[in-house]
Amino acid sequence: MPSATKHTGRSRARLVGMAASAVVAASGLAACSSGDGGPPVLNWYINPDSGGQAEIASRCTDAAEGRYTIAVSTLPRDSPSQREQLVRRLAANDSSIDIMSLDPPYIPEFAQAGFFAPMPEDVAQRVSTDVVQSAIDGSTWDGELVTVPFWANTQLLWYRTSVAEAAGLDMSQPVTWDQLTQAAQDQQVRLGVQGIRSESLTVWLNALIESAGGSIIAENSTDPEQIQLGLDSEAGVRAAQVMRDVSASGTGGPALSTANEDTTATDFEGDSAGFQVNYPFVWPRAQAAVEGGTLDQSVLDDYGWALYPRVDADTETAPPYGGINLGVGAFSEHPDLAYEATECITSTENQTYYFTSNGNPASDTTVYDDPEVLDTFPMAPTILQSLELAKPRPQTPYYSEVSGGIQRDYHPTAEIDPEQTPQDATELIEAVLRKEQLL
Amino acid sequence: MTTTEARPTGASVPARAAKGGASDRAKAERKLGWLLAGPALAVMLLVTAYPIAQAFYDSLFDYRLTDPENRSFTGLNNYLVVLTDQLWWQAVGVTALITVITVAVELVLGFALAMVMNKALRSIRPVLRAAILIPYAVITVVSAFAWQFAFDINTGFVNSWFSWLPGVDPTTDWFGSFGSSLLVICLAEIWKTTPFISLLLLAGLAQVPEVLQEAAKVDGATWWQRMRRVTLPNMKAAIMVALLFRTLDAFRVFDSIFVMTAGANGTETVSFLAYRQTISRLEIGLGSAVSVLLFLTVVLIAFVFIKGFKVDLAQARGEK
Repeated sequence: MPSATKHTGRSRARLVGMAASAVVAASGLAACSSGDGGPPVLNWYINPDSGGQAEIASRCTDAAEGRYTIAVSTLPRDSPSQREQLVRRLAANDSSIDIMSLDPPYIPEFAQAGFFAPMPEDVAQRVSTDVVQSAIDGSTWDGELVTVPFWANTQLLWYRTSVAEAAGLDMSQPVTWDQLTQAAQDQQVRLGVQGIRSESLTVWLNALIESAGGSIIAENSTDPEQIQLGLDSEAGVRAAQVMRDVSASGTGGPALSTANEDTTATDFEGDSAGFQVNYPFVWPRAQAAVEGGTLDQSVLDDYGWALYPRVDADTETAPPYGGINLGVGAFSEHPDLAYEATECITSTENQTYYFTSNGNPASDTTVYDDPEVLDTFPMAPTILQSLELAKPRPQTPYYSEVSGGIQRDYHPTAEIDPEQTPQDATELIEAVLRKEQLL
Repeated sequence: MTTTEARPTGASVPARAAKGGASDRAKAERKLGWLLAGPALAVMLLVTAYPIAQAFYDSLFDYRLTDPENRSFTGLNNYLVVLTDQLWWQAVGVTALITVITVAVELVLGFALAMVMNKALRSIRPVLRAAILIPYAVITVVSAFAWQFAFDINTGFVNSWFSWLPGVDPTTDWFGSFGSSLLVICLAEIWKTTPFISLLLLAGLAQVPEVLQEAAKVDGATWWQRMRRVTLPNMKAAIMVALLFRTLDAFRVFDSIFVMTAGANGTETVSFLAYRQTISRLEIGLGSAVSVLLFLTVVLIAFVFIKGFKVDLAQARGEK
């Protein structure tokens, strides 16, 4: 008996030993891959796309001629989850994050937390030349460029030419939300907006307030208790009114309170389509549907586009600004090479490629002169015009609190009380920022 | 003299026989018991006690992950903020509602399924058990997505298949209001976890002595009388354990909410609230306070069940 127990004891020890040596071997392998063997590997954390960023990574790896290689890692689908993952890693000083594709609203938070490696001045100079204003605004925090503008998104007003004609709307002139709601009601068609309780709702409200001449944050500050909100200003109340009127008119469809960009785009391909505000991806999407045989060519021919609707007829519109900018991780082992790589990634050729192949509009203004771009996106000049007018969402390290508070009080949009809701949201967000309330 | 004497465990019974201390055999058994359970206990302490203690420690601070420099000790202030917030009480209410509805329905359905499995022909019993267990084997996130797609206004089939029901038509937005969202969430939970409760109840049914059933039959008891006077009293322990496990489980509901509504329309539960404060808002202090409160609530539920309803886990396992 004792010998038996001894035997098992010994074999267990051997097992532990084997496991330990396996761990050592594995860590040796890991050290090898990022070590002095080959050129340094830059990890680029990308948002999911149609393969464009991976292709750009391999092009830039080739262009680097052995100085570095870029490996891509994919982040979760939606931008709040992307932020969550990156923040968790960066808070733990993750040195594997060299380059990251970031949704602009989260850039101030990252910058304030010291998650970006400082940008060399000559790089800042080069990457901000010939770039649309909204993308520069979205890459800036505290007066300094902290990320490299990559691609810039904006919403357009998409309409069915036949519907607009029947409603007697002159789409060559700016149109207002009130006009569109009326036209959609008269023609019994949809006016597609994003009423889901998510980022899309903040995007819509921000565009409305900015179009009305106000801002969600009236007085900015790095101290959360000093931030002054502009939700209950005159422009804020007007924005709430437009949001409520559009939603309560019923033209948003029965599922307005869960409608996101995809559902609005699907609706716009359907029979009851009239108008929608949406990103340019709806164009390649409809083209693909025609090629796939699920959409008639005549529907695609009926697509029209214009600048985002105005709130008041005499005030210029302020369309939403989105897209992706590139940040270099503060804990990266090769920040200089990473910045070099971002310049390659955001080169005019690569932005042109990304625009034409993946449908993501460039932040580089010279891209819009390319005949290939104009051929793929006939609305490219409108996109460029929209990007110059576009306004970023509130730039604050506490963006998720501000956006979360808005989503809580403004949803469902059909039940907004223009007098009460902005005030409630202001009180909520201020209490949350003072950490006196949950969100 | 020794504290073990007060504990009615199997090992202490011979110990009581030897006056003035544990017998050698009892000592050896206790030592073996510690040897067998010790490693598991150590691992448990490492993976549960440590995080709980850490969460409690964090909950005493005003601490934002992106702003570690301004971390400051605030005592129990986070608990005050949480407990005075209407959002917390709403989440508790919603969680309790989901728990009560799902557990009640599951108990009835699970009991029916257990009876079917118990009475099924020996030849088809394994197949039947496997078939009933399938939903429980599905990952919760996957089942949540399946139910969400089924009820979705654009991609779902429910609106067209069930349009003959009053109140259901092609424009019914199930996730657009509180009541209908909660209905779908509860349906998904019930579909998913009824098999679990039915398995626990099947074990209880198997414990009901056949002699008693036969005796009752001979005395002319009806099916209903046998159920009420013989079956149910004999499996009370199994029922209470099944209820306890499911209540603890249901109170922590997260996946379905996360996937289907993300807390919209007032469907936020306590665990989702904790997730949002900690993970989305990065407010480690506040989030930890919510987590600790959730933990205390779960402990309270377990305590009430075990003390209040006198659930005896040992008896349910058939040890006594």
